[in-house]
Amino acid sequence: MATVRPHVGRERPSGGFELYSWYFFRVSGLLLIFLVVGHVVIMHVVNTVDEIDWQFVADRWNSPFWRAYDWLMLFLALLHGLNGARLAVDDYIRPQGWRIFAHSILWTLALVFLIIGSIAVLTFDPSRFEAVAHAGG
Amino acid sequence: MTTETTRTAQPVTTRGISAYRGYRPPPGMISWAFHRITGLGVLLFLLLHIVDIFLVNYGPEVFDELLFLYRHPVFRIGEIILVGAVYYHAANGVRIILIDFWPKAYRYERQLFYGVMAVFLLGFIPTAILMIRAMLNA
Repeated sequence: MATVRPHVGRERPSGGFELYSWYFFRVSGLLLIFLVVGHVVIMHVVNTVDEIDWQFVADRWNSPFWRAYDWLMLFLALLHGLNGARLAVDDYIRPQGWRIFAHSILWTLALVFLIIGSIAVLTFDPSRFEAVAHAGG
Repeated sequence: MTTETTRTAQPVTTRGISAYRGYRPPPGMISWAFHRITGLGVLLFLLLHIVDIFLVNYGPEVFDELLFLYRHPVFRIGEIILVGAVYYHAANGVRIILIDFWPKAYRYERQLFYGVMAVFLLGFIPTAILMIRAMLNA
């Protein structure tokens, strides 16, 4: 295959972590098309920021389906996005020390945002605020 | 990826934009640049979005108080640009995967580029109209 065609696009890595990340980039990208376009249409077109508030999120996350949907989207989008940032770092940052520094920041961001995102999606309990919610309107 | 040869080639990249004046980029280069810019832009918003959704855990008063930010006209226009960036990144991503897994796709590079633009505009124009209408009615 590689002998038939000219060099087009990013070369497929030959193995190891880079090959896994290459496949993950593409598989997560395909899944994210459906997840994110669905999310955009529901949360930005059918409903807008005028309708969406705390109560809207609470009602939506009553359903385990939407929690699973949102968590899967969080996981895939965060790692897909930071993997893209990692490739950008590899393209533009040459000195080895700065590159290790930038990679460390990206891995830290991945870990921290995966944790706080998971806490938000998985541990949110609207009943804790029921009294406040009713008092507020 | 980090080889000694790439590091010695560094002066080429530091020559600046003037070195490329008069150069007409092929479609693959434009779509690549857009793909990277939209990707990094959406990532930036994603990080902000994770922080804001984390605040639902602090109850309706904290969360609803902060929504004035997303309801601000500047943010609503930014929201439309964000959706455009997502749509472009999705359409062009399909083109990249096609080129990766279908060896003969490179022969149709120009057609695929126009296809991406067609899919992007077919999705984005109606979406943008609906979002602008909702913004004006708010």
